[in-house]
Amino acid sequence: MLALGIGALSALATDYTLRTVALGSAALGLVSGALGAFAVLRRQSLLGDAVSHAALPGIVLAFLLTGSKAPLVLVVGAALTGWLASLLVLLIVRASRIKLDSALGIVLSSFFGLGLVLLSLAQRHAGASQAGLDRFLFGQAAALVGADLVTMAGLGALVLAALLLFWKEFKLLSFDAAFAGSLGLPVRRLEVVLTSLLVLAIVIGLQTVGVVLMSAMIVAPATAARQWTDRLGRLVLLAGAFGALAGLVGALLSSLVPRLPTGPTIVLAITAIAVLSLLFAPQRGLVAARLRAARQRRRLQVDAVLADLYRLAAQHPEPAAAPHAAAVLRAMSERHGVLRSLGRLAETGLAREDADGRWRLTPAGVAAGRRLAETGAPGAEPGSGEP
Amino acid sequence: MNPDALASFALSAPQIEILAIAMVTAVGCALVGSFLMLRRLAMLSDAISHSILPGIVVAFFVVKDLASPWLVLAAAATGVLTVFLVELLHRSGRLKEDAAIGLVFPALFSLGIVLITRYAGNVHLDTDAVLLGELAFAPFDRLLVAGRDLGPRHLWVMGGITLLNLAAVTVFFKELKLATFDAGLAATLGLSPALIHYGLVTLVSLTAVGAFDAVGLILLVALMIAPPAAAYLLTDRLHWLLVVACGLGALAAALGYGAAAALDASIAGSMAVASGLVFGVIFLVAPRRGLLAEVARRRRQKWEFAQTMLAIHLAQHEGDADEEEESREDHLRGRHVGWTPAFTARVVSLAERRGLVTRAGERLHLTELGRGAAAKALAR
Repeated sequence: MLALGIGALSALATDYTLRTVALGSAALGLVSGALGAFAVLRRQSLLGDAVSHAALPGIVLAFLLTGSKAPLVLVVGAALTGWLASLLVLLIVRASRIKLDSALGIVLSSFFGLGLVLLSLAQRHAGASQAGLDRFLFGQAAALVGADLVTMAGLGALVLAALLLFWKEFKLLSFDAAFAGSLGLPVRRLEVVLTSLLVLAIVIGLQTVGVVLMSAMIVAPATAARQWTDRLGRLVLLAGAFGALAGLVGALLSSLVPRLPTGPTIVLAITAIAVLSLLFAPQRGLVAARLRAARQRRRLQVDAVLADLYRLAAQHPEPAAAPHAAAVLRAMSERHGVLRSLGRLAETGLAREDADGRWRLTPAGVAAGRRLAETGAPGAEPGSGEP
Repeated sequence: MNPDALASFALSAPQIEILAIAMVTAVGCALVGSFLMLRRLAMLSDAISHSILPGIVVAFFVVKDLASPWLVLAAAATGVLTVFLVELLHRSGRLKEDAAIGLVFPALFSLGIVLITRYAGNVHLDTDAVLLGELAFAPFDRLLVAGRDLGPRHLWVMGGITLLNLAAVTVFFKELKLATFDAGLAATLGLSPALIHYGLVTLVSLTAVGAFDAVGLILLVALMIAPPAAAYLLTDRLHWLLVVACGLGALAAALGYGAAAALDASIAGSMAVASGLVFGVIFLVAPRRGLLAEVARRRRQKWEFAQTMLAIHLAQHEGDADEEEESREDHLRGRHVGWTPAFTARVVSLAERRGLVTRAGERLHLTELGRGAAAKALAR
């Protein structure tokens, strides 16, 4: 792995093609990650799937109509059908009782089907010159050239600039569209602008990741970033950074390892980042949450034993001078780890063990137990648990 | 029509077989797809159809036979696993369900593609076949039992799966219906929502595996969702929805295959387009829930509302000092009500035709019917 990394770095420094590929993939990850953050926040995760599939007929149509394979021509075609698809989804949902998921599925599959029909026609009637088009299915970063990079970088810069320009509006739209409307913002028009930017971000990535898998570059970076921060600004930055990292790693790996397709490799890289974030992020991470819950449970167990011991001791005129066996405590609370809880109480100076193995509260422990009982903490109901 | 033209419409035996496979597949998909659509899980069919790929690939590496039933089982298991993973992620509370779907299936699909391209490059399992299906070759793959040709293997496989779906939907109709429309009540009555959910998901996965030869993974969602969604615009009864969805699915398959044969284009793609078009047409012209009906209704409501407003306006001023002034048509056109002349004329003539008002020059009189309409609108 390390050797591969060093190899990748030295190759990156010397190889022009590889540098193009790496830069292009990183740029695509940056833009789709940043825009994806908004899509995920607005619960449009799967809209990206429909848009990217719907770009295929646009690409093939653009080629069939112009005979050109210039990146800008194909991108314009892709953007047009992708955009049309997103509008159709909105129309179906607004004008009928069909739900969003069904509308997405229908538009996605019929547009993609149209793409396949056109692709097969192009293959059969337009000769071999179309050979470059099926790389849009799964992407082929290795085929990126300087002209592609210029197109991608130009469009990417445009998208990011628009994002900065409308930052406040998009933020409001994503978190409280009704409030945005009440402030007099043109909500519908802003939604269309934001969705159009998403379409552009998707189109930029099609050549590298492919129409089938592009949706992952919308959803996964934002999902990963969401685990690390609660601030929109940082979310967008992080999502962009994660996307760029995955693009870079995936493109380099697929260029260096034989027969490793680019799109799937990038997707696996971003998925790995997302899964690691879900597990190990400090606040929202599942491991951290599990540890917190375990600590919490432990504390409750200790409190419960303290309460039991206090309830027993309170039956005696001199509470601190009344030792009780651990077995009694176990019988009272039916909880595991009574001895561990007693040990913890001893460590904090609230209880101590007599020579005969029985336990008594220290004066501090009596005070703590009374406090616990009086504030009504769990396991401290008076009158229950008579020995 | 001359005999030659007629002959060109006649289908050859392989074409009939392809058509039969396509239509049987469409019916099987529509049966389970209807419930996915109603349960708002349409995109789950997309997710399952993509993510069964690694299951198929891994099972293929083990048994080295694309026709093995183990492939079907492994792929179906992967489909169920996908749904399980999506729910696990969703339940962790860290991401929404759509994001969970969007995270899981591209990852599993990518895994499948990487496995194929890296390790199965020179065997009969290429990405195009998996993605797009190879229905055109289906008639060459025969089911031979004791040397006798029983027809295309795919027809038997898909026919079996479709019959299974039909049996499951028929036997558990009541349970599926209840769990779909009132999950809470179903749970109260002792039906396990999880059991029904995973039962459905298992059927969807099986159907996806069976259909993958015919239509490919990506276009499965077209046959699963578009016909039921179209049927949903035509009927409110579940059993009719199922029947109509199956019919529309078969129709789309037939139309799609016909177009593909005529154009010499991708069959799977053409069937998906046909499904989308069938939905599109019904979306436009469905009697009560179509777009045109909706537009017409909204327009009618606009005029009806304006007529009611007119009746209320006249009723409010009946018998008060301004009655003569307020009940004149030219007054309505003025600044007080703010209607344009054309709009006012249309509303008044519509109201007159409906018998809500009578006209004497510019002066409008409310009829008994109009008074009733105003009172009813105000009482609401």
